[in-house]
Amino acid sequence: MLKLRCPNCGFVSDETELVNGGEAHLKRFGPGSADEDFEAYLFMRKNPMGVHFERWLHSYGCGKWFHAARCTITQEVFGTYSAQVSRPPSELIAEISEKRPGWSYRDWSGED
Amino acid sequence: MSRYSAFAIAAKALNRHTGWDRAWASPEPRRRYDVVIVGAGGHGLATAYYLGKNHNIRDVAILEKGWLGGGNTGRNTTIVRSGYLQDDSVAIYELSRRLYETMSQDLNFNVMFSPRGLMMLAQTHHEARGYKRTVNANSLQGLATEFIGPRRVKELCPIIEISGPRFPVLGAFWQARGGTARHDAVAWAYARACSDMGMHIIQRCAVTGIRRGADGVRGVETEKGPIDCEKLGVVVAGHSGIVAEMAGLRLPIESVALQALVSEPVKPCLDVVVMANTVHGYISQSDKGELVIGGGTDGFNNYSQRGSFHHVEETVRALVETFPIISRLKMLRQWGGIVDMTGDRSPIISGTPVRNLFFNCGWGTGGFKAIPGSGWAMAELMAKGEPGSLAAPFGLERFREGRFIDESVAAGVAH
Repeated sequence: MLKLRCPNCGFVSDETELVNGGEAHLKRFGPGSADEDFEAYLFMRKNPMGVHFERWLHSYGCGKWFHAARCTITQEVFGTYSAQVSRPPSELIAEISEKRPGWSYRDWSGED
Repeated sequence: MSRYSAFAIAAKALNRHTGWDRAWASPEPRRRYDVVIVGAGGHGLATAYYLGKNHNIRDVAILEKGWLGGGNTGRNTTIVRSGYLQDDSVAIYELSRRLYETMSQDLNFNVMFSPRGLMMLAQTHHEARGYKRTVNANSLQGLATEFIGPRRVKELCPIIEISGPRFPVLGAFWQARGGTARHDAVAWAYARACSDMGMHIIQRCAVTGIRRGADGVRGVETEKGPIDCEKLGVVVAGHSGIVAEMAGLRLPIESVALQALVSEPVKPCLDVVVMANTVHGYISQSDKGELVIGGGTDGFNNYSQRGSFHHVEETVRALVETFPIISRLKMLRQWGGIVDMTGDRSPIISGTPVRNLFFNCGWGTGGFKAIPGSGWAMAELMAKGEPGSLAAPFGLERFREGRFIDESVAAGVAH
């Protein structure tokens, strides 16, 4: 059972109390943007094998959104953090880099 | 290749069955092939087979990082049906179902295809309306499906509880020619036929990189050294995104775990396939007597080939309500596979911006039924360099164009 600590209310919740909201830190594109950008925003996901940043909703708890960093192979949760940021906190990135040699945070919003 | 037959079994019995040839060869890779297929699962092997059979392209290598048929081909619940909603889907799934009917004869390998009939239960009024719509669509497509009432459901499947408290059975979508096949045998049958055509199946040989030049794909880097090729087909299901990244591409795919479980073997009690999409469970009985039960997908990206335990509980709880007779059965094994989900729940059979690099993926939770048709369409795409009528609707560009083949209703969770 996946367990995540909600940074809003502080409770550690089972995955059955949570709803996954998909990839975190998407750069949003709306009307008037290029077709490629709009397509990428709607459909192209990172889908990494390893460290993944994602959004979660504490639906059967405080009802608020937050972010989590999780490994998609081992299900190790590196940490959770506020939904009100557009990139993971640098301490969390440093912590994951230490645990996973060779991994580095990749900001996809500047690419493609 | 020596032919399999009742006479062959009798003849080999004289030598205590020591004289059988290996079903396929395991050669060392050459330095170059005309075509390299990544992934020796059902879809990859079928692609190679139809490249040889329909297009006479036989200088083919099929690379597999694990063992042949050890991914989703060996992890599914073996259901074969074609009752989808959209014309484009029905065309490919129905070709596939038809090819299953003659597969054992075509490939001289018993794949135990059993068109025992398949029902999808309508347990809400919304679902009943959805299935009636699909039946109407299917009749326009020339596909024999029907909507049956609860009494007929009970006749076809006596162990079902049709007046359950939470989810009474209001009727069912019925495809009499749907059924199951032996999943491993499908992979083995294609592998044997490919090997017989001189193709190389190379197991335990992971692809670690894709080499590309200005004029398109050049070859792959593998654990057993570089291999050049003219055309490259990637058929790796849940790991498509990883391989796409090697070529500098991104796919509209997310990988999640889908799980299944089997019970202890019992006497015959269920001779149709029953899918209950409202409660996320589907069930059939294998020839060994085990009840094969499929569950739901996890709601998050996952590569661990396990799946969450609470989904097992949900699936089993729901099925016990519909099939009270199974309440004291013990479950023997549970496993998960990594499925590749697209936004419209339809597959991708497509070229890419890199010339001569082709992807066949996105079959999501229901790829097994599509193996022959998928291979047929992918082989045509790779041989000609452009899609035939089967594959054309399933191009990557449909996401940019907003031209979806929406099967989220017909497919649901139980594909």
